Amino acid sequence: MKVRVHVSLKNGVLDPQGRAIQHSLEGLGFAGVHDVRAGRLIELEVDDSVTDAALDEMCRKLLANMVIENYRIERVAP
Amino acid sequence: MSFRSAVITFPGSNCDRDMADALEKISGAAPFRVWHREAQLPERLDFIALPGGFSYGDYLRSGAMAARSPIMQAVVAAAGRGVPVLGVCNGFQVLTEAGLLPGALMRNAGIRFVCRTVPLVVENSQSLFTSGYSRGQTIAIPVAHHDGNYFADAATLDRLEGEGRVAFRYGEDVNGSARAIAGILNEAGNVLGMMPHPERAIEDAHGGTDGRALFESAVRGLVGA
Repeated sequence: MKVRVHVSLKNGVLDPQGRAIQHSLEGLGFAGVHDVRAGRLIELEVDDSVTDAALDEMCRKLLANMVIENYRIERVAP
Repeated sequence: MSFRSAVITFPGSNCDRDMADALEKISGAAPFRVWHREAQLPERLDFIALPGGFSYGDYLRSGAMAARSPIMQAVVAAAGRGVPVLGVCNGFQVLTEAGLLPGALMRNAGIRFVCRTVPLVVENSQSLFTSGYSRGQTIAIPVAHHDGNYFADAATLDRLEGEGRVAFRYGEDVNGSARAIAGILNEAGNVLGMMPHPERAIEDAHGGTDGRALFESAVRGLVGA
């Protein structure tokens, strides 16, 4: 099955990349964009037997850096 | 007694040769060169260096993949036994990702890659790595990084400062680092991570020699030379 892991910066952690994207959007003439936060989407193809606990451990051990990032695990129905 | 050091090379390391050269010139003994897939370090090491570069192409996060390399378990164990470990640039990123040092190195606040010689203020001159400097001294050391913006929560920053674990601060704004932190020590003082490159400032041809004292401090402290 497919699993999506959404990794995002914690609140309060400055995101220079997001800010640069925001400035570029402004440069393109898009008004009304107040904030941009850039994250990461990681898609995994896993056996159905892979447990939530195992996915959680993958995130904590590698996919996210718990000092600066949050993660959200989403199992995608086939 | 000769100085036994090791330089770890990850795929994408590119300052390993400079690091090895600096260690050899200053200690008089060539370091062991250790590939990241090794599971064990040479015995009786006096010093371990994690060099700069772009291990695994900075995939996922800078230093993230390298921190999970087989050799890092041995490095973590050696650090726990008190073996001195120096991580420079990507090596600093690897040390934070491996949990040997707190915090994280984020994208530079100005987005750009910064490559120039910067002033560093020595904040702690009591450590194994910095005893050759004096406190408050300003030295000139090159930086070359994209992800050098040090981040940690306020409580961690307060603790680092309170315990004298900030080894170096930038003398000017370089990358947006919290409290201008350029290098930090672990609690025991045997692990130093820093973004600037002391190994690129050890002989006149480099344009400066302010990095020499760091290696001299370590060699003197360890073999009593």
